[in-house]
Amino acid sequence: MPIDASLVGREFPPTRPLVVTEEEVAAFAGATGSSQRRIPATFPIVVTFRALLEFLEAEQVELSRIVHGDQKFAYERPVVVGDELTARLTVTGVRQIEGTDILRTTSTITDADGELVCTAGATIVHRSAS
Amino acid sequence: MTTLAAGAELEPQDYLVTRADLVAYAGASGDHNPIHQDEEIALLVGLPGVIAHGMYTMALAARAVGVWSDDAEVVELGCKFTAPVVVPAEGGATVRVAGTVKSVADGLATIALEVTCGADKILGAPKAVVRLG
Repeated sequence: MPIDASLVGREFPPTRPLVVTEEEVAAFAGATGSSQRRIPATFPIVVTFRALLEFLEAEQVELSRIVHGDQKFAYERPVVVGDELTARLTVTGVRQIEGTDILRTTSTITDADGELVCTAGATIVHRSAS
Repeated sequence: MTTLAAGAELEPQDYLVTRADLVAYAGASGDHNPIHQDEEIALLVGLPGVIAHGMYTMALAARAVGVWSDDAEVVELGCKFTAPVVVPAEGGATVRVAGTVKSVADGLATIALEVTCGADKILGAPKAVVRLG
């Protein structure tokens, strides 16, 4: 089933906060072999991905039919242990090419005070069952 | 640590990616998409086999940037995912991250990356901007 083009411009509800703990950072850094002197730059994907999962569930899109097209992060400040991060996903574009949906999203990631930590832009490619 | 001067070629970093790494990453990131773990499902949806999470590869790119910049603060990071990294059940796949400092201005260094697996360029236009200490 193609993704509904009328979703463009819609902002989905914020995720529940992700509390950044030493343990989660160590697991993330460990899985990618990264240094733990600083929280890995791609760590905000954890909360961004939650927002994506909630979007996919709301739109009844199967995760196994999704691949990542591109990803960009612009950071206002580094993430630190103790942060409570929330992501809000907005659909900024949907187009269809030969049974494939190309979905553009922007997620804003804010801290407990509502201050912007990072903006994440992503293209998601959804291949419908043929 | 390499000095991040404009034009500097940064020493390529090789990283082995195994299925066990993908399982660990799925747990750490919350991305349990079965195409990163289950060969049958990956083939069923038209992929050549179990593939690494795009974000895993991007994390390796950031890891190399950390090595070159002495873990400098990253202010921008982006790429396209142009080719999948197929990770065989035995051994794994090696991802190579190379980089060139494109420019240094206003206390920021822009690094153009080249991320490959064998002959394939797996990330498109990968780029990082770091704050110089």
